[in-house]
Amino acid sequence: MVAFLDTAAEAVSVVGDGATVMIGGFGGAGQPVELIEALLESGARDLVVVNNNAGNGDRGLAALIRERRVRKVVCSFPRQRDSHHFDAEYRAGRIELELVAQGNLAERIRAAGAGIGGFFTPTGYGTLLAEGKEVREIDGRHYVLEHPLRADVALVAALAADPMGNLVYRRTARNFGPIMAAAAETTVVQVRELRTLGGIDPEHVVTPGLYVDRVVHVPPRNTAPTGGPAADREEGQ
Amino acid sequence: MIRDEPLDTDGLAALVARDIPPGSVVNLGIGQPTRVSNHLEPGSGVVLHTENGMLGMGPEAHGDEVDPDLVNAGKVPVTELPGASYFHHADSFAMMRGGHLDICVLGAFQVSAGGDLANWHTGAPDAIPAVGGAMDLAIGARQTFVMMSLLARDGRPKLVPECTYPLTGVGCVSRVYTDRAVFDLTADGVVVRDRFGTSYGELVELLDVALVDRSGS
Repeated sequence: MVAFLDTAAEAVSVVGDGATVMIGGFGGAGQPVELIEALLESGARDLVVVNNNAGNGDRGLAALIRERRVRKVVCSFPRQRDSHHFDAEYRAGRIELELVAQGNLAERIRAAGAGIGGFFTPTGYGTLLAEGKEVREIDGRHYVLEHPLRADVALVAALAADPMGNLVYRRTARNFGPIMAAAAETTVVQVRELRTLGGIDPEHVVTPGLYVDRVVHVPPRNTAPTGGPAADREEGQ
Repeated sequence: MIRDEPLDTDGLAALVARDIPPGSVVNLGIGQPTRVSNHLEPGSGVVLHTENGMLGMGPEAHGDEVDPDLVNAGKVPVTELPGASYFHHADSFAMMRGGHLDICVLGAFQVSAGGDLANWHTGAPDAIPAVGGAMDLAIGARQTFVMMSLLARDGRPKLVPECTYPLTGVGCVSRVYTDRAVFDLTADGVVVRDRFGTSYGELVELLDVALVDRSGS
C-alpha cells in the first residue's frame, strides 16, 4: 500500500541515523528539494548519500553536508563551481567520497533494483577507478566487476502520482528517479500533482506504483531550483 | 587539407561538424565540443544525445524557453526538438555503452598515440576528483573524437606517446582535432590528415610521436 502523507516531514520520518539515502536529481532537475529540507529538519545524521553530485549552492544536499549530517557521499561529480560546502568538508577530512563513473553509478543502482548480484562493465577499465577490482576479458574486451548499490531510503521527485503510486516525470527531471525508486527498501516521492485513479494512462506510467511507498504532494513554488550551469567543467564530463 | 592559419575554436567546431555524417547520433561533451552543435547543418538529421536522459536535444534555451526540468549534461537549460525522447539514467548510459551512439566528441588533457584518453583528473594531490560521464562516453560511442589545443598552456604537447595524467579510457580515441592539425589514430600509426598554419616538419619537431603525413592528399 502506498501511504499518502500530508507533510514532507512525515514522509521522510522513515530515515534513521546511519541510513543510506539515495537522492534523485541531476543538478536542480529532479532534485527533491522539500524532502531534503525535511530530512535536514529531522536531524538524521551519519548518513550515506547517493546522488550524482555532492550538493550545489546552499540548499538541499549542500545544506545537509554543511550541517555535517552526511558521513559519506557516493557520486560521480562532486566538484562544481558551487559545491563549496562539500569542498570544505572534504578538504577538512570530515566527509568520505566514493567516486563512481556516472554510467556505473546508474547501472549499480539499476542492478540493485533488478536483483543482479554484480556486472562486468567496460567503463573504467585501465583507470584509477578500477584499481583493486576484478577484471575479466570477455570476447576480446576487458571488463571490470561492479557491485549493486542499494539504499535504505530513496528520495525522488516526480511530476505526478496516482493513488496506486504510479509515477510520471517531466523531461530531464526523470534522470535517476526510476532506478533509485527500485533500489531502495523504502521509496519516498514528492510530486507536484496528484491524479485520480485512471488519471495516468497506464501506457505512460514510468515508475509503477509497486516501487513507491510514501508520497507527499508538494505544489511547485516560484523559486529557482538549486544547481546552476557547471561552467567550470571545461574538460570531460 | 592544408590551411595557412591555425584554427580558432569555432573553426575547429565547424570542421568537426562537417565530419559528422547526416543522421548520426552524437554526444557532445561539455566545453569546446558543445560548440559543434552551432555548426551542424539544419536538416542534417544529426540527433544529439545528452547523458542525463534525452535524445533530440535542441539549442540552449533563452528567456521564456528556460525550463528547470530541461537541462543538458552541463546543467545548462536547453530546448527540445520535435521527435525528442526522454529516458532514465541507466537507459541513457546503456545506449552509450551498448554501442548505439555513433560519435562522441570530448575535450582532453592528453591523448596518447595509441588512443588512450586523459580528461578527468590532473592527478594533483589537492584536487577533488570528479569523473561524471567521461569514462562511459570515452569507451561507449562507436567513434570517440577529441577536440583540444595541440599544446597545453605551458607549451607541452597534449598528443603524447603515453598519457601521464590518470586515464579516462584505454585505446578509445580514433581522431584528434586540434588548432594546428587533425590526426587519425590508426593501426598504421598517427596519421596527419589536416594541417593549419603548421608545417609537417614543425609537427614532427613538436611531437614525440611517430607521424604519417597524409595532409596533402
